[in-house]
Amino acid sequence: MSDLRDLYQQVIMDHKKNPRNFREITDANHMAHGNNPLCGDALVVYAKLKDGVIEDVSFQGSGCAISVASASLMTEILKGKTMEEAEKLYDNVHKALTGEAGGGELSGKLEVLAGVKEFPARVKCATLSWHTVHAAMDSDHDISVTTE
Amino acid sequence: MTQTELKAVPFPETDFDIEAIRRDFPILNQEVNGNPLAYLDNAASSQKPVQVIEAVDAYYRLDNANVHRGVHRLSQRATDAYEGARDKVRGFLNAKLDKEIVFVRGATEAINLVAQSFVRPQIKPGDEILISHIEHHANIVPWQMVCEQTGAKLKVIPMTESGELDLSDFDSLLNERTKILAIGHVSNALGTINPIKEMIGQAKAKSIPVLVDGAQAVPHIAVDVQDLDCDFYVFSGHKMFAPTGIGALYGKQALLEAMPPWQGGGDMILSVSFSHTEYNTLPYKFEAGTPHIAGAVGLGAAIDYMQAIGIDKLAAYEHHLLEVATAKLEAIDGIRIIGTAKNKASVLSFMIEDVHPHDVGTIFDQQGVAIRAGHHCAQPVMEFYGIAATARASFAFYNTEQEIDALVNAIKTTQELFA
Ligand SMILES: Cc1ncc(COP(=O)(O)O)c(C=O)c1O
Repeated sequence: MSDLRDLYQQVIMDHKKNPRNFREITDANHMAHGNNPLCGDALVVYAKLKDGVIEDVSFQGSGCAISVASASLMTEILKGKTMEEAEKLYDNVHKALTGEAGGGELSGKLEVLAGVKEFPARVKCATLSWHTVHAAMDSDHDISVTTE
Repeated sequence: MTQTELKAVPFPETDFDIEAIRRDFPILNQEVNGNPLAYLDNAASSQKPVQVIEAVDAYYRLDNANVHRGVHRLSQRATDAYEGARDKVRGFLNAKLDKEIVFVRGATEAINLVAQSFVRPQIKPGDEILISHIEHHANIVPWQMVCEQTGAKLKVIPMTESGELDLSDFDSLLNERTKILAIGHVSNALGTINPIKEMIGQAKAKSIPVLVDGAQAVPHIAVDVQDLDCDFYVFSGHKMFAPTGIGALYGKQALLEAMPPWQGGGDMILSVSFSHTEYNTLPYKFEAGTPHIAGAVGLGAAIDYMQAIGIDKLAAYEHHLLEVATAKLEAIDGIRIIGTAKNKASVLSFMIEDVHPHDVGTIFDQQGVAIRAGHHCAQPVMEFYGIAATARASFAFYNTEQEIDALVNAIKTTQELFA
């Protein structure tokens, strides 16, 4: 149970129940669809960039508690960041969760995602929104990414 | 059905010794995350009794060699073991002839073989292939590929809310353009047992060939292909207590004879020259290359094991487990059972309100309860219910009522965590 409580801790459950920035941005200039074919999770990430700064970022879709909470946390953290800062965060989250070399610790709000590491089958749930936002930044038209 | 009603029909029968059966499956005796393992993912793959493990082990220790190729003793023993297993599969399906049994990797390979070798050469643009809404992807995609290759059309028998086939238009779906009816015997996502005997009868009345995907049926139902009168019947060994990588295609002799080979190579030829190759006779024409001999031996041992206990007895016990589990889940608030057909095999798909099946799977795993969470390779079924995935418990004859209680407790833990 203790591992489970680590995974499904209050912050995660709070974001799952009340996802932040769960809306469409009608004048978004970047967007991407993310899919996890394994479980059918699907989300859309919208972002509005101006002069290299993320003015607004949001998401919509459905998924498990981990993927929804991770997406919600992500939108909170990325708002106001520069593209470079966002890229660095993406890289760090990805490496920290997949155990890839060069990954630092997850700090601040993202600390709650660290519990996912103990559940390898669920890492993709946590990284889906990050992959999706990464793809959205890279492209000026709507594109699709999958976790596979 | 209520729980009190269930108590009126006690099980196991006095001679169904569940403890002895569980001792045959060493893998069941372990802890997962500090809890006794409750393996309830049998529809994905079943566990193997020592009798199967030891048959494979003994084959490699004593008899291993290539088949049909050597004059030496081991090759003869390997060939005898392999062909002996074929005869067991024939008996298991009550086919007439050993040569009507083709060893394949599994149900998927068998369906692809029939799609490419039987249907593709004779189908024309505008012709139709009839499947149903509740098929596994293995009985959808190979037919879509034939349709793309030939311009034929895929037709789908619709389903009802309970997860049964809606056969109200079945008769008109079977028409002069229909080149094959490919239908699952038992649905892996919902457990529905389809009325295949009647369906085959209707198709045969119009001379339409029928393939039955028996992957989920053979672990639970005694199959008689002569009585069914289907043209092809396919299954995988690993879902019926045999090794992975082995399965069988049953095909009526006349149809198999007329079909071109599927893959080319050794074993499937009588003679080869650069100007002409003479294909081997049945079933070897369809068994190119060195087969999975040890797998076939293990499959034979699994058949022996099931028949020694009695398939009807296994099925009755599993049905009891299904009824107990269904009643217990129905009694829990916030549980929705997906698939409520009248005639079901021991598959129980469900949703816990407000909890994604993947979260369910992870939380259950922490309690030692192994279930499947996902779309079960049946995305059209998920789409029908407007969901992306379900949690699915599926029972084999080595499962127990205690394991159902573990399932119920895992549900309660999940609900508490998500409350
Ligand atoms: C109904 C059904 N058909 C076909 C298959 C495919 O079996 P295999 O993957 O062993 O080839 C499965 C396996 O999940 C199944 O449940």
